[in-house]
Amino acid sequence: MSEQVPVLECRNLSVSYFVRAGEIPAVVDFTMKLMPGEAQGIVGESGCGKSTVALAIMNYMGRNGAIVGGQILFEGRDMRTMSDEELRQIRGSKIAMVYQEPMASLNPSMKIGDQLAEVPLFHEGVSEDEAKRRAREMLSNVRLPDPGRIMESYPHQISGGQQQRVVIAMALLSNPKLLLLDEPTTALDVTVEAGIVELIKEISSEFGTSMIYISHNLGLILETCDRITVMYSGEAVEVGDIHTVFNNMRHPYTRGLFNSIPVPGADKNARPLVAIRGQLPLPHERPKGCYFGPRCDYFEAGRCDAGHLPMEEVAPGSNHFVRCVRFAEIDWEALKPKPKEQEPIEPGDVVLRVENLTKHYEVEHTGLLFVSEKRTVKANEKISFRAREAETVAIVGESGCGKSTFAKVLMGLEEASAGRVQLGNLELSKLPVEARDGATISRLQMVFQNPFDTLNPSHTVGAQIARVIKKFGIEKDPERIRERVYELLDTVKLPRDFADRKPRQLSGGQKQRVGIARAFAGDPKMVIADEPVSALDVSVQAAVTGLLMDIQRENRTTLLFISHDLSVVRYLSDRIVVMYLGQIMEKGLTEEIFSPPYHPYTEALLSAVPIADTRVEKRKVVLTGELPSPTDPPKGCPFSTRCPYVIEGLCETTPPPVRSFSDSHTIACHLEEARLTAMEPVIKIDDDPAQAAE
Amino acid sequence: MAVTTQVPGSSSLLERLQRPRVIIALMLVMWLPLMTYVMFGNYLGQQLKDLILLPAIPATFLLWLVAVISWRESWVAVLGVTLVFFWLLVAVSAPYLPLIDPNKPIAPFTVPGLERKGHYFILGADLKGRDMLSRTLWGCQRVLVWGVTATLVAYIIGSMLGLLAGYLAGWWDEVISFISNVLLSFPVMVLYILILNYLGPSGFNIVIAVTFASAPAIMRIVRGLTLDMKSRDYIFAAQTRGEHPLWIMLVELLPNARGPIIVDACLRLGYTTVAITTLTFLGLGLPPPDPDWGLMIKEAAKVAMLWKFSYMLLIPALAVSSLILGFNLMADGLREMSLKD
Ligand code: SF4
Ligand code: SF4
Repeated sequence: MSEQVPVLECRNLSVSYFVRAGEIPAVVDFTMKLMPGEAQGIVGESGCGKSTVALAIMNYMGRNGAIVGGQILFEGRDMRTMSDEELRQIRGSKIAMVYQEPMASLNPSMKIGDQLAEVPLFHEGVSEDEAKRRAREMLSNVRLPDPGRIMESYPHQISGGQQQRVVIAMALLSNPKLLLLDEPTTALDVTVEAGIVELIKEISSEFGTSMIYISHNLGLILETCDRITVMYSGEAVEVGDIHTVFNNMRHPYTRGLFNSIPVPGADKNARPLVAIRGQLPLPHERPKGCYFGPRCDYFEAGRCDAGHLPMEEVAPGSNHFVRCVRFAEIDWEALKPKPKEQEPIEPGDVVLRVENLTKHYEVEHTGLLFVSEKRTVKANEKISFRAREAETVAIVGESGCGKSTFAKVLMGLEEASAGRVQLGNLELSKLPVEARDGATISRLQMVFQNPFDTLNPSHTVGAQIARVIKKFGIEKDPERIRERVYELLDTVKLPRDFADRKPRQLSGGQKQRVGIARAFAGDPKMVIADEPVSALDVSVQAAVTGLLMDIQRENRTTLLFISHDLSVVRYLSDRIVVMYLGQIMEKGLTEEIFSPPYHPYTEALLSAVPIADTRVEKRKVVLTGELPSPTDPPKGCPFSTRCPYVIEGLCETTPPPVRSFSDSHTIACHLEEARLTAMEPVIKIDDDPAQAAE
Repeated sequence: MAVTTQVPGSSSLLERLQRPRVIIALMLVMWLPLMTYVMFGNYLGQQLKDLILLPAIPATFLLWLVAVISWRESWVAVLGVTLVFFWLLVAVSAPYLPLIDPNKPIAPFTVPGLERKGHYFILGADLKGRDMLSRTLWGCQRVLVWGVTATLVAYIIGSMLGLLAGYLAGWWDEVISFISNVLLSFPVMVLYILILNYLGPSGFNIVIAVTFASAPAIMRIVRGLTLDMKSRDYIFAAQTRGEHPLWIMLVELLPNARGPIIVDACLRLGYTTVAITTLTFLGLGLPPPDPDWGLMIKEAAKVAMLWKFSYMLLIPALAVSSLILGFNLMADGLREMSLKD
């Protein structure tokens, strides 16, 4: 490899943004070498500078960003000494970038075929027919079905996953040396994401394109990359081969990251997650010396805060670098999370009974020439399950599966079309929230998904919690209310003076804590948590889930946890309900869901979730096709358009029977029981006998 | 909003002045006496009328100070706010300034800078011999008070309708949007003239006319903002808490719409000032003889053909322009700052 010229090399690259307040260093002393055909992952939490690296390479830093030090070398030549013309040439044809939002790269008013054909037309000057031919070929290369139809479509006529494939096709058409992927799948559903990840892997082997894959998801990086750079607060803190870093990380931050993500084997009772304490420093408040210092358990005054730390090679020739002065002295074995065991919670009586809950919407569909037709969206179709006191029930599904509608019906914002929902002895399905009394409302509360939306930006944190207390009539006296607000802030481990702050002064994780405090202000019996951590950074996620579970344990609250992330769900729930297009596909205890027999959809879902653990081996089940629109679901089994096991002539037309495998475990599928039972486990864990039992 | 930015190094008194509660109190101390003075001056006793504006002067000054300090990042906003507050300060202090009675005819057609009949006319005298300086300064009272009041009323009504249409949607939205669209389809001036012809010219009728002309546009802005906000989780949270729709609209939604509303209000104050001046010019506005810029322009229009007397027209015209410019710059600066945040 040594005589090969790296495709891209960053040497001590520093990038800053200049704002009114002064210079804000976004990336500091960043070094990276990318060899031909290699895939490098850059991983880090929001604000760590990972996207800035990509923007610096593309030179898209905007008016106030600039490279303030170091070099970027493309095929051995410093890009800062190239002429503008040369740079444009390189950035147009040799480096291509794929963003998180596919629509950012597509022209909404131009047919996809024309947009794609423009690339070879412009860069290589081929004939129009030739350009069209290449475009069509590339569309089938990115595994898009029916390229002819896609060529003639406008971007908004195809789904998000297809759009992202088109963007990747467009990037590949210029035959780039380097492909930059900035969170290319974050906006997509897991099963669609799995398809794109598969495609990206094929690209690197088929076309030999070098890639830089930027993501916050360690599991995705493990699946796609050869080398990994871990960034923290603008600095690379650890660089190395992916397996070395995953198994023998030598930086306390990397270690902390791995301890805070749920991998198979983590369990809320036996092996709880360990969150990294504190939070990411703001760029202008970074400490002297090691930026991770204030959050590090190994911090040693005098050494860690002495001055800027260099990257050091762990062992000569290992090609594994870390930025930590103490990496050689730390006992890395001892830092493995110590099981802080907790007694499992005994579930109590049944609190929530949902029986055959159905919710249909009428939507008016305005077609061509304003012929409007009424269509029924079957958001929820015959949903039945139960939840007990102090139990965590997870509802798992991708977008359009009806989980949000279900939450709305439960909260009384929508009326059910049919079926029953009973909370204790109270029938809720036809009881809108206005008709519920304070006591009922306070028994059923919700934690929301988006931390930036969950609090009203105009009011102080204290006022918003106090409003709930007052509204539910828990306390009347202003003094007592204030006291209760403080207590709640204590419970969610926030300082009391946060009561006087406005939401914009809080970080995402802190806002989510306030959201939890607000939900628990009325001593609820049951809390619905709608993806409460999916928008948070990994290291914060662990702390927030931990908190949620502690409060639940203490109050014996029933938690209804809505999520698409099977790793988190596996970690914290007792029971799982898997939904697809408004229907329950499978439900059962957590162990039952994660081991065969599987519903074909659960199997695909399990295989799609990226797992950040090198010991895990997954069986590949990649789904073709996209989620059908809920306005037009298949007649029989909703999964029949994508199911690898589909029985022709039966699944499409007849709704599947519900087969039960135990008191708690049911699967809705036409496949025979023997066939379902005979399925191989999707997730296998190697070389650790203690956990292979799973 | 930048109004609440902390000022590093400033005295604690200044910081305290920047609290919303203090600012609102100062605004009331400035505005209420001025409004009473202009609208109901004749019902006040002479003694009260002489004193009522006194507390407003320091309040106005303090407000200007606070505004300049909190908006100091944007020189555009500072310039705008200074222009506006110059006229506000003139409005509240007019009775205490050493000015000649603005309605007393002394020496007709005196050009600026001449002394006649024992008076020195800095800006000259108009065709009836009244002092231009004094008339210009006094004139800002009526323009400001009626302009701001009319805009305020239009805003209250427009915002309420916008909230109703946006949040409740359904029939509310259909009806409110339909009426607004009908009103919006009239040219604004035609609408003004129709309403004022029907109701007769007076300050209060101007308020009504401005409301009819502006509220639909305001309603559209607020409706749009509401539609955007009502799917946010905090609104969802309030709904699941069983809050009354009125509470959600006023407490949860309205405060979050204030940024764009304030910017738009500054612009609209400019339009309203133009409209009131134009209406007065057309004889549909405030009744004479009290000075008013529109009235001054109207009276001067007959003689200003002569270059020598064009000052009669130019001076009030400049005054109007400077006020409108002030409002517009303020809007620009505020928008610029809100984009930066
Ligand atoms: S340098 Fe010190 S503070 Fe930083 S990671 Fe290493 S031990 Fe921790
Ligand atoms: S019923 Fe048919 S289509 Fe549906 S999951 Fe089973 S095998 Fe697949």
